[in-house]
Amino acid sequence: MNRLLLWFHQLGSPPVFDRFAARWTPWGFGLGLVGMAIGLYGALFVVPADYQQGDSFRILYIHVPAAWMSLMVYALMAVYAAIALIWHIKLCEVLAMACAPIGAWFTAVTLATGSIWGRPMWGTWWDWDPRLTSELVLLFLYLGVIGLNAAIEDRRAAARAAGFLAIVGVVLLPIIRYSVEWWNSLHQGATIRMFGEDAMDPSMKWPLWVMIIATKAWFVGSLLQRARADNLAREAGKDWARAAAGVEK
Amino acid sequence: MSAVSAWSTARAQARRDLQLVWRRRGDAAQPLLFTVMVVALFPMALGAEPNQLARIAPAVLWVAVLLAGLLTLDSLYRSDVEDGSLEQMLLAPVPLAWLLLVRVLVHWATTALPLVLVSPLLAEFLYLPRELLPVLLVSLALGTPLLSLLGAVVAALTVGIRRSGMLLALLALPLFLPVLVFGAGSVMAAAQGLSSWAGALLLLGAGLALALVLAPLAAAAAIRIALS
Repeated sequence: MNRLLLWFHQLGSPPVFDRFAARWTPWGFGLGLVGMAIGLYGALFVVPADYQQGDSFRILYIHVPAAWMSLMVYALMAVYAAIALIWHIKLCEVLAMACAPIGAWFTAVTLATGSIWGRPMWGTWWDWDPRLTSELVLLFLYLGVIGLNAAIEDRRAAARAAGFLAIVGVVLLPIIRYSVEWWNSLHQGATIRMFGEDAMDPSMKWPLWVMIIATKAWFVGSLLQRARADNLAREAGKDWARAAAGVEK
Repeated sequence: MSAVSAWSTARAQARRDLQLVWRRRGDAAQPLLFTVMVVALFPMALGAEPNQLARIAPAVLWVAVLLAGLLTLDSLYRSDVEDGSLEQMLLAPVPLAWLLLVRVLVHWATTALPLVLVSPLLAEFLYLPRELLPVLLVSLALGTPLLSLLGAVVAALTVGIRRSGMLLALLALPLFLPVLVFGAGSVMAAAQGLSSWAGALLLLGAGLALALVLAPLAAAAAIRIALS
């Protein structure tokens, strides 16, 4: 077996994963924090104000990376859930369930920042725009996964059931998205389109990319941290877990 | 023992399920009463202005039917989980998905079909224009089985939980959204004189065809997860 594959298989074992997560969590959080500090500094002080939107467009430097993450984390959660269901890898159940709260928070941040941005731009806190509506449904799906995971007592059965729900959600998400768009065209909502990313001046772009990378690093740190905690809780009876958590025998 | 044919098991299962419903016919009327009451709430809350009621009628009827369907979802597997018949269905020599499909269809016929049949009466309560009635009936006839099939998947995930009512609603509602959009949307589009109503009905039909095949398989997988 080649070394990469061997390493990958070993990572599925709870003690090895625990050491891996303990090692890389600070890197994820550290890179995320530094990146966000640089990105936010650039977004708030370096980038010139937009000729149309003034300073209020600066919130997009949080909004766009968060929106990107809200979708990416859901897809990742479904992939972990599928791996967990097909190959019965316990660690993937842990990782899938660790994704859910992080993704839900990114979705909530997306909705909140979008709503704050919409107030001066559209003159309203909320608009039943297809993007907003499908983002809201995405939040409901996240909350459903979290709720189902919390409702079932047996940890493994809970993670597998909630993971299955996440997979069903992935199948239905495009349909939901399409139906919302159709519904919106029927109701003739007068919406102002958010400017496309390509319309952005190159000088405005770099903090956005820094923020996008920083949120991903933060996500990795958060995912490893949560998965490690859950992993330790599940293995709480074992010696290595007690040692790793610093509990006396 | 000779091989058990799929049709004979389906017949036996359908007969059993119908018998169970018939023995408790009082309970079976409850979704109907619920829908009638929800629909009756709207004139109370909104005032009896016929134009206003007629405008929201498709939405109200659809939401009322959807909520009634949601409340009956729990009964889909509940008694079978409690007395262990669901485990016997797992062990049966015919595929679990097939038995679940029969179960869902019987459940639809006993809980949702009566609602579709009384919907002309409910439409009259809300002054829905008569010419919209065929669209409403077709949209409900295509949409309610779709709701039952989607609901069967979600309900299957929660069979292991004792009090799952509210959680079930929270899980199912986002998934019901497209059905509501196309179902109520088709009637709304017809009311506004748009030609897109037929397209919405065709999409509902397409969704139903897909769900008839995929939903029982997904529900069977979910039950295996929940009971493993």
